[in-house]
Amino acid sequence: MQTTTKQLNRRSFIKVGALAGGGIVIGLYTDPGLFAQERGGGAAVPATPINPNTYIKVHPDNTFTIMAKNPETGQGIRNSLPMIVADEFDVDWKQVKIEQSDRDDKYGRDMGAPNVSQREGGSTATPQNYQPMRNVGATARAMMVAAAAKRWNVPAAELATGSGIVTHTPTKRTATYASLAETALTTPVPDLASVKLKDPKDFKIMGKNILGVDNPAIVTGKPSFSIDVNPPGMLYAAYEKCPVFGGKVVSANLDEIKKLPGVKHAFIIEARPPQPAPAEGAPAGPNVTWASGVAIVADNWWLANNARKSLKIVWDEGPVASQSTAGYLGQAKQIAATQASQTPPGGGPRSAKDGDAEAAFKTAAKIVEAEYWFPLLSHAPLEPQNSTAHYKDGKLEIWSPSQTPEKFNAAIPAGISNDDVTFHMVRAGGGFGRRLYNEYDIEVSKIARLVSDERTKAGLPTVPVKLLWTREDDMRHDDYRPSGHHFLKAGLDASGKLIGFRDFVASHGNTSVIPANEFPRGHVANFWASEGNVSPYGIPVGALRAPPTNGVSFVLQSFIDEIAHAAGKDPLQYRLDLLNNPTGPVPAFTEVSFGAPFNYKRAIGVLEAVRDMSDWNNRRSQLPKGTGLGVAFQFAHSGYVAYVAEVAVTPEKKLKVNKVWSAIDIGRQIVNPLHATTLVQGGFIEAMSHMMAWEITIDKGRVVQSNFNQYQPTRIRNAPASIEVKFLKTDFNPTGLGEPSLPPAIPAISNAIFAATGIRIRSLPVGSQGYAWV
Amino acid sequence: MPYKLTVNGQSKTVDVPPDMPLLWVLRDVLNMKGTKFGCGIGQCGACTVHIGGQARRACQTQISAVNAPVMTIEGLSPDGSHPLQKAWLELDVPQCGYCQAGQLMSAAALLARTPKPTDADIDQAMTGNVCRCGTYLRIREAIHLAANGGRKA
Repeated sequence: MQTTTKQLNRRSFIKVGALAGGGIVIGLYTDPGLFAQERGGGAAVPATPINPNTYIKVHPDNTFTIMAKNPETGQGIRNSLPMIVADEFDVDWKQVKIEQSDRDDKYGRDMGAPNVSQREGGSTATPQNYQPMRNVGATARAMMVAAAAKRWNVPAAELATGSGIVTHTPTKRTATYASLAETALTTPVPDLASVKLKDPKDFKIMGKNILGVDNPAIVTGKPSFSIDVNPPGMLYAAYEKCPVFGGKVVSANLDEIKKLPGVKHAFIIEARPPQPAPAEGAPAGPNVTWASGVAIVADNWWLANNARKSLKIVWDEGPVASQSTAGYLGQAKQIAATQASQTPPGGGPRSAKDGDAEAAFKTAAKIVEAEYWFPLLSHAPLEPQNSTAHYKDGKLEIWSPSQTPEKFNAAIPAGISNDDVTFHMVRAGGGFGRRLYNEYDIEVSKIARLVSDERTKAGLPTVPVKLLWTREDDMRHDDYRPSGHHFLKAGLDASGKLIGFRDFVASHGNTSVIPANEFPRGHVANFWASEGNVSPYGIPVGALRAPPTNGVSFVLQSFIDEIAHAAGKDPLQYRLDLLNNPTGPVPAFTEVSFGAPFNYKRAIGVLEAVRDMSDWNNRRSQLPKGTGLGVAFQFAHSGYVAYVAEVAVTPEKKLKVNKVWSAIDIGRQIVNPLHATTLVQGGFIEAMSHMMAWEITIDKGRVVQSNFNQYQPTRIRNAPASIEVKFLKTDFNPTGLGEPSLPPAIPAISNAIFAATGIRIRSLPVGSQGYAWV
Repeated sequence: MPYKLTVNGQSKTVDVPPDMPLLWVLRDVLNMKGTKFGCGIGQCGACTVHIGGQARRACQTQISAVNAPVMTIEGLSPDGSHPLQKAWLELDVPQCGYCQAGQLMSAAALLARTPKPTDADIDQAMTGNVCRCGTYLRIREAIHLAANGGRKA
């Protein structure tokens, strides 16, 4: 292939190559090895050979294929990243076809990288990719302009573009990008410094309402999702794991199972425990683990899953079998009683101390104290976990719905190297953080290897295997949103001003939920947050949409409401007063905000906007008895979101969310407003599930809930009549939206319940406190 | 054992156990992947199909109990031209999209008996269909749009 490569800057390259059958491919390439060296820490990675991405394909009919490189779970990234490229390339959206890429290190691999990754998590795709995708599109456009300038022997400055056509303005001569492709191949790639990005006012695709690229297939029932993957000859697998976390199979009646209708294979899989830390100086490899269980492989999934009913397994349940939610709660209270007054370990990111909160409490005119609690949550994306893999001749092909697609998750269980894995990324039926964890990829790769080995030994051809979990499997084997138990204290002076703030959190481990740098830090002179850990704690926990503020926002934005009430102030104005009086800078809490510091002016912006949208003052004064307005705001994943919710509560504790207003600041550009709006509305609807019904409890080391009948999601009849969404355009770089819309929705509702009834909600969900939707 | 059924106007014969749910016959035997598995206990509605014109949960319907023609999302229209499908596209209803086949089938059954539904009619008919992403406001709007012949109210 004839190619031209151009270094854009120290670590980025543009590469152009000829496409078989005519046309060209244009790619941005970032050297991950170089990047790893720059970050420091860890051994230097050897330089990787140039390996072009193929972001844009220019076809002879002047249509363009743009690669979507990130996992799509409903957040709309399969549209929005190609939209950015297409806009700067200056083609029409109707000329664009979108193609999902495979997982490939040529697209980068590190969530910490500034401009490349193939992950969905932390609302990072837009902030990481906005500028690089613009660079790809703009450089490709500049190449077309350079090719036309060369062909016509005119200055590039006399050339304009639009709809995939270059026009020589003085003579009105035109050439399609396709007709210029051959010339572009042999024209030097322009220097990025000379490539002009569009003035945002000239955007033709970004900022417009662009329909979801997969929607025509979705509404007609065409195979679109991971569960629909159906390579020829496929068998179906179910995998029975111990209901107690960490439990192991001792024995199982495999001979009986193998005789059941349709069952082709049945075997025990030994657990792979966490691997020991690497030796000093050695590179840390991926720590891939899997749980012990029994795999059953059959002609169809229903037969495989039905065979589980006949399983007789002897389990070694292990030590977690003695743990329970009640035990964790008791321990949390004990920790708070014994540790809350201790001086926190200094300097760590999970604790914070400004001024002297204890001393402030002694001088306070009023003290407010409260205990808040939020439970473990399961993610419950609607598509149950699944993955499909085919092991053949030392290589494995996998079709995965992962948010964090990684070849090693297939390679290690299959006993092969990453280079022998072909990794297809398939649309997933929801993520919400569940598919950051890859048990299904790991399990199916192990099962596919064992099935192929058995079949090869028996002289049979290898086949692909689809592993599908039941809903019960997913609810009982999730990586749960950690619970949090907060012990709060606030001191107010005689004027109602907040002078001291204390939060002690009893939680568990590294994925705990400590609001060290959350508001009101930086807006109260004496602030102290610290934590204690419940231990032992055998429940796997992980990130659910907007960690950790998905729970912390409920706690802090409710407690601020309590403080405002104690001060006799309007809760919205009280927040504004706090924000308008900073007491000191708030350090960036990189684990949470991915490096962006809290900017209180942006928080003020969304609060004032939502106040005005909801007509806060007038509406509050005119509400009927039993109806209240609640407000909350949150800084989450670099975005600022404020909600006002109007909630009606009957004397029988029946709740109805009537109307909702939201103001959002995620920077100067909304890539696809149509999808952005629905993401916000969906965040609110999800919050209603957290509010009313969602709670995972543990008894004897196992999850009590098993399916939606015990874990009710919000339903259409519960949905408010309207959720107004307003995006404030502020002069900050665009950031993500998947996460920020969820957290403050919960306290907006609970604060509205207080406004309606005078009853303060201090634990979730309220369904277990006698409340129900109307 | 062999069962005869009509799916989207086509006659099919499948040789499966009598208690095999229609959902898995459709998905894994007939290779029609449009109907979705979400919960397996009739709680989420992702598997909604029409049996004899009524919205039914395919995960709760054993093949031996299928006694009328079946219509799935693949048969809602030959070319995606059902007013609901057009409305779903126009309003960009799906987020992840996984529930939407079931939502469309429930909505189609609703419109067949109540051509001009109110919000309350919609909430009642659609409440068995979970959308984990929370697209309910657009679902309501899209049903009204389809009921109004594609004209926004």
